[in-house]
Amino acid sequence: MSVQELEKIFQQKIDQEIKIEPKDWMPEAYRKTLVRQISQHAHSEIIGMLPEGNWITRAPSLKRKAILLAKVQDEAGHGLYLYAATETLGTSREQTMDDLHSGKAKYSSIFNYPTLTWGDIGAIGWLVDGAAILNQVMLCRTSYGPYSRANIRICKEESFHQRQGFEILLVLSQGTPEQKAICQDAINRWWWPSLMMFGPKDGESTHSEQSTIWKIKRKSNDELRQQFVNMIAEQVKILGMTLPDADLKYNEQTKNYEFGEIDWNEFWNVVKGNGPCNKQRLDTRRKAHENGAWVRAAAEAHSAKRAARKQEQAKVA
Amino acid sequence: MQTLINYTLYLADNALILAQRNAEWCGHGPILEQDIALTNISLDLLGQSRSFYQYAAQLINAEHPSAMPATEDSLAYLRDVFAFRNILMNELPNGDWGQTVLRQFFFSAYQFPLFERMKHSSDATLAAIAEKSLKEVTYHLRWSSEWVIRLGDGTEESHSRMEKALDELWTYTGEIFEPAPYEKAAVEAGFGVDATSLKDAWMERVSNILQEATLTVPAPRWMQTGGKEGKHSEHLGFVLAEMQFLQRAYPNATW
Repeated sequence: MSVQELEKIFQQKIDQEIKIEPKDWMPEAYRKTLVRQISQHAHSEIIGMLPEGNWITRAPSLKRKAILLAKVQDEAGHGLYLYAATETLGTSREQTMDDLHSGKAKYSSIFNYPTLTWGDIGAIGWLVDGAAILNQVMLCRTSYGPYSRANIRICKEESFHQRQGFEILLVLSQGTPEQKAICQDAINRWWWPSLMMFGPKDGESTHSEQSTIWKIKRKSNDELRQQFVNMIAEQVKILGMTLPDADLKYNEQTKNYEFGEIDWNEFWNVVKGNGPCNKQRLDTRRKAHENGAWVRAAAEAHSAKRAARKQEQAKVA
Repeated sequence: MQTLINYTLYLADNALILAQRNAEWCGHGPILEQDIALTNISLDLLGQSRSFYQYAAQLINAEHPSAMPATEDSLAYLRDVFAFRNILMNELPNGDWGQTVLRQFFFSAYQFPLFERMKHSSDATLAAIAEKSLKEVTYHLRWSSEWVIRLGDGTEESHSRMEKALDELWTYTGEIFEPAPYEKAAVEAGFGVDATSLKDAWMERVSNILQEATLTVPAPRWMQTGGKEGKHSEHLGFVLAEMQFLQRAYPNATW
């Protein structure tokens, strides 16, 4: 069969909402796009462990500590599913992680911002996980089977995380004046970076068009961003807090919240590596990987020795 | 009653401080799967500490009714170093992965026979917590034993790192089996487990695993003690400073 015919069958499947599975034929560019996107998603989970992990030892109650520890652990689990999904496309976990450590692969820029107070743990859950969920809910219906299934599992846990984050802020918002200040300060710092999580405006997004035809992506950046603003602008009222945007207002006709201009200079600057924690996050990951090298080598050596001993025993028997 | 409170707090503090130390690894482990595994152990220990603290708080409140009743959080977050009863080993810095898994192994090899006996305690609550925790500890013991073997028997580097970890930790293992006065009183009262009686089982298990790991059981040496009676190393103050920061900085706030 010619490539043209294969491509035709492939696109027909996508149009008919039939999932593409690892052994199916797929265009190289589709495979490449998926490897890039899924590994970026995986790295975001792994790097995302760090800003929240920063508060595990300082969580203000034993219950909060347990919840946060379990949450960060969930993220490690998400990273695992996603690395497994990239492996189904023929890219090993080692290769994928090497690309992260070398700086070649990207991850969500949001994790290049610091967590300064306990309020940030609430804001990450509510805003960052909230933004991520909108994207991941869409990705549950993505055309590639293993990625779709990974997202279904992830979404189940993420919605729990978002509720927990909101609940942290709710308690702060009903607390002492200092706690209210912690709450508002966290919202102020995380609001704009959360909006940036949806990526560039539709006209300026490089990978969007082809990804939409392949149904990897099913909603545009701006559509998802609007959905997010509409949701958060309502929820913030329950907290009795404000969003740091003087231009935010409800439009009766469109039934949407209009919002101010995102600082795209900041967005591109953080993407390029100049965010407050880009260097620190990557250094921490590299250090963990390097410090673990002897452990991985030992585990391999031991399992080889064991296999050899077993073989030896089998011979004797 | 005070004996039961002290004994329960000892069990709680041991679990909490090790949970706190293990949690420092979260996001920094050598392999993603093992990062998850150690976090699991940390979560289990945290859960155990909460069960013990909740029980201790209930006992304290029954004994000393107060306008500010004790809670699991007041016990974890508002006591100073001298009131903590955990063994010294659990408050030591993590060291490398080898030292962390070896400490976990030493501790699990103690918790396992401890809870096996405690599940028959005359105190129904202690018995119930022990029974529930035993399932978790069975896994911790298996996991940490396997890692000690793997690293001891792995490469030249891992072997020498394990020898160093063994040298670092051994001097803190004696304290486990030196009963504090409240442990002795707990045994006399019938609900506590005699720590000295666990030593042989512990030593046998440790010797077997170390042998399989091609490591040598260190010769008898001076053993550091004091943690059980509130005489700690300098490390615990920093553990508490970090852990208790928010509760101390914003007194009487709800989180």
